[in-house]
Amino acid sequence: MKHVRAAQMIGRNSEGDLVSRPLSPFMIGTAYRAQMSSMTSIAHRITGCALGVGTLLLTLWLVCAATAAQAFADIQGLLASWLGLLMLIGFTFALFYHFCNGIRHLAWDSGRGFELGAMHRNGWIVLAASVILTAGFWLVGFLVW
Amino acid sequence: MEDPNVPVRIMRSPLGRAQGLGAARHGVGHWWAQRVTAVALLPLSLYFVASVLILAGATQARMAGFMAKPWNTVLFLCLIAALFYHLSLGLQVVIEDYVSHEGKRRGGIMLVNGLIVLSALACAVSVLKLAF
Repeated sequence: MKHVRAAQMIGRNSEGDLVSRPLSPFMIGTAYRAQMSSMTSIAHRITGCALGVGTLLLTLWLVCAATAAQAFADIQGLLASWLGLLMLIGFTFALFYHFCNGIRHLAWDSGRGFELGAMHRNGWIVLAASVILTAGFWLVGFLVW
Repeated sequence: MEDPNVPVRIMRSPLGRAQGLGAARHGVGHWWAQRVTAVALLPLSLYFVASVLILAGATQARMAGFMAKPWNTVLFLCLIAALFYHLSLGLQVVIEDYVSHEGKRRGGIMLVNGLIVLSALACAVSVLKLAF
């Protein structure tokens, strides 16, 4: 055994025998039914990581703009293609979800909205708001474009 | 906050008691910075979304004209700072949670932070180059 972490996983049962300590299963898998709490939580992480990848697109967009007129025209064209639009729709949904669920997290941090009923309700509100905001964004987007 | 079941009256605030704790003695620093950047990103991300709509299908000249407005330069620089700091804090937690091998965990965090610094600087320099 090399690590303290590994040592902490070993304990003794009431007979004094060495046993490995039980671990609670991961929130996603066969052990638990899908729940509002676990699903909105993992979705917050997934959208966060997706937005992290999306910042590479933002970087590319800004760097192209600062490089040359043609380079910016190329990236604008790429973003306006079907593949680009698909990426951007995913990106805006991830952004609005992370934004709305982030507000939910900040509310929890201030001690509000923790009750089971409220948590379920505001989870659905977050989902609905993200869909509505994404749809609204693209409606305005196609109108001004 | 006083617990009515505990007869001892704690004079220090909950924040004061939590500060300086943890293995790195950084206490709530990471947690707090994540919240501060999250709050900053609430208005800044809405501003970003609005500016993306304004710049839909724009030419480079229009983009440069947009960035040359002082408030746009400042807001974009604020956005870049808050966004990449928040991203760094968030990805660090994700890596710490899922990578159990210590070397890989430390290496992964360093690699991600390196990429974040590169991207953040590339964004900031591009905005400044467009603005001036």
